[in-house]
Amino acid sequence: MPVEIPKDKWSGSVRQVTLGATAQQGGTRSRTLTLGGENAMPFLHYEGSFPNPPALAIEIRDRRPDEWSPLLYQAWGEAINDPAEWAKAAEAAGADMIFLVLSQTTADGQPNTPANAKAVVRKVLQATGLPLAVIGPGQADLDNELIVPVAEEAKGERLLLGTCEDKNYRTIVAAALANDHLVQSKTPMDVNLSKQLVILIHDMGMPLERIVMDPTTGALGYGIEYGYSVMERLRLAALQGDGMTQQPMMVTPGEETWKVKESKVGEGVPAAWGDWQKRALEWEAITGATLIQSGANLLVVRHPKTLQRLRGMVGALQPA
Amino acid sequence: MALTGLEIYKLLPQTNCKDCGYPTCLAFAMKLAAKQAELKACPHVSPEAKIKLEAASAPPIRLVEIAGEDGKLAVGNETVLFRHEKTFYHRPGLFVRVMDSAGDAAVKAAVAEADAFQVDYVGITLALDGFAVEAASGNPAAFAAAVKTVRAASKKPLILIAPTPELAKAGLEAAAGTRPLLYAADGSNWQAMAEAAKAAGAPLAVKGSSLDELAELTAKLQGAGIEDLVLDPGAAGHRDSLQQFTTLRRLALKKNFRPLGFPLITFPGAVAEADQTLLAAQHIAKYAGFIVLEQFEPATLYPLLVLRQNIYTDPQKPIQVQPALYEINGPDGNAPLLVTTNFSITYFSVANEVEGSGWPAWLVVADAEGMSVLTAWAAGKFDAERIAKSVKAFGVEGKVGHKRLIIPGQVAVLSGELEEELPGWQIMVGPREAVDIAAYLKAMWKN
Repeated sequence: MPVEIPKDKWSGSVRQVTLGATAQQGGTRSRTLTLGGENAMPFLHYEGSFPNPPALAIEIRDRRPDEWSPLLYQAWGEAINDPAEWAKAAEAAGADMIFLVLSQTTADGQPNTPANAKAVVRKVLQATGLPLAVIGPGQADLDNELIVPVAEEAKGERLLLGTCEDKNYRTIVAAALANDHLVQSKTPMDVNLSKQLVILIHDMGMPLERIVMDPTTGALGYGIEYGYSVMERLRLAALQGDGMTQQPMMVTPGEETWKVKESKVGEGVPAAWGDWQKRALEWEAITGATLIQSGANLLVVRHPKTLQRLRGMVGALQPA
Repeated sequence: MALTGLEIYKLLPQTNCKDCGYPTCLAFAMKLAAKQAELKACPHVSPEAKIKLEAASAPPIRLVEIAGEDGKLAVGNETVLFRHEKTFYHRPGLFVRVMDSAGDAAVKAAVAEADAFQVDYVGITLALDGFAVEAASGNPAAFAAAVKTVRAASKKPLILIAPTPELAKAGLEAAAGTRPLLYAADGSNWQAMAEAAKAAGAPLAVKGSSLDELAELTAKLQGAGIEDLVLDPGAAGHRDSLQQFTTLRRLALKKNFRPLGFPLITFPGAVAEADQTLLAAQHIAKYAGFIVLEQFEPATLYPLLVLRQNIYTDPQKPIQVQPALYEINGPDGNAPLLVTTNFSITYFSVANEVEGSGWPAWLVVADAEGMSVLTAWAAGKFDAERIAKSVKAFGVEGKVGHKRLIIPGQVAVLSGELEEELPGWQIMVGPREAVDIAAYLKAMWKN
């Protein structure tokens, strides 16, 4: 009995966004990273094309992070004490991009400073040829204070700068515009808010080819289904031709999963949760794998093993 | 595809005899369309119309139920491709494969351990759904013995993996009194497999190497009187199974293509070079009905069960807990007082951490319409006014001897407003994440 395969036809596609600049393009990166470009729902190769498979980034910090899971200190060893070494280790682990998050304070507990942020970014740029994201600590004033000088310091590198949120985006967008960078547009799990912030950032003159949407996700067990469905809805809207939802989507499963109890700690939890190390890695990998299904173009993870597993999955989703 | 009221009306006798209890045939048709009445209420409907109406009212993906001595599992009858369009209804079953060739003692031990597994997730008990017993020995007596051993250790539903009709019969006899899924019929053995399944009243899985072949087989099996079918389209890895399962769901929902309107079974750990966990995760999100894992591993099963729970949560109804003042670890008047929202994941994260910390504490759960802290705050459902209202409404002042309230770190900005809403109170900004509560209380709470 011949079965006719139903195919969806879409009028829209995801915009292509390229991060990083080589020497020829005015930067110092050894390669660039392009996200997006697909014109069908994830990996349905029979009804569309997918020029750029989902990319995988490793999150590093400007100094040894406080209170991360012991499993992460173990995984990165000495490298975690130095952002340049850490970036090199992440590159060796197979990352497509380095996702550098600046800390609120320096190691001695003092507020982070522009001079420190600039120095760290310079070091990391020298240590790796990968495209780089530089993200503030997540406090509006401090974000602006640190990201503006970083944007100037790395002019022309086409960094991904963040975090742009609805209550604080103008300063970072202006710095990115002036210094040839891109921005992360982050909104809390809502289709309309995602779209609205892209519009606001675009209204400041930022080309859409330089905006990556971060619709925010929850970890597995902690609200992943909200982020998952928001992403599916955004992607369907993009394919239907809604221009302001056509940005590539980035998500941070590493940050989300390593703060939940199932990953973070090995003691004082039910025995039925099983082996801690295995469970923690499953938690991050399953969260990432699920978000790959909902259309993530860039995933930021923390554990090198997760990167390796998601890489395998992305490979297995490519056309024969 | 569901018929409209008018389409149903055209198939009814149109005599307005009222025997169905409704004033007119049209009124009855409307009730049928809304699924608020049943066709059997009409004694006069013609046999031809009855067949058409029954076919049209059947779900596009058949609901297939299996049962153990204790416990049932029904999968299928899904109505959407994306969960936000409505919801996913019937969670896929997670099974662990057991080989009859492993030996009686090994089978017994493996099954008993996996059967006992259960975890609590936001007040819901998660557990394995059953076992897939495989006749790897090729010996009917050994297979029957293994099925009996499994049944002695677990009352959960079974899948019987039997490559030949003889093995199938032996397994089904040993499973008498339950309703297992028989796996699987194919192009070469379908007649004998259908007989065995029919005799035992068991649903039957069917294997094909292409959708064309599968559709032919299901038509033959239905002709042989088997209605409860499950499909194994044979797609192996991530890419092919995603494409094929998507195609199958679309065929059922968009084309109402009956020959392939059945739940799907997958074996993610049997795929060469695949990461079983990640392929199983994909199959949970994208359309499997039965997922057979190769081994029992709590550290993998727990997150997969949670994923299944998350994906199959109704997006229209966030799971909530009752807004109230909760007591944890038997608090007295001096115990710390915390506030959070009534989104169940938020509540359980906070309550579990406080409980685990050993601190007696009071927890105000404010009505934030089932949203998490940050989402509720952004939506204006967890603001100073609402928090203050909860503190007053739940009689906190009568039970707690102090006036210090710990708010989530995510909403630190509310502390000023809250001090205005609750005059005389000291507002303390707690940690951003629940996991840090114990450390916070130790450092910050002084009696």
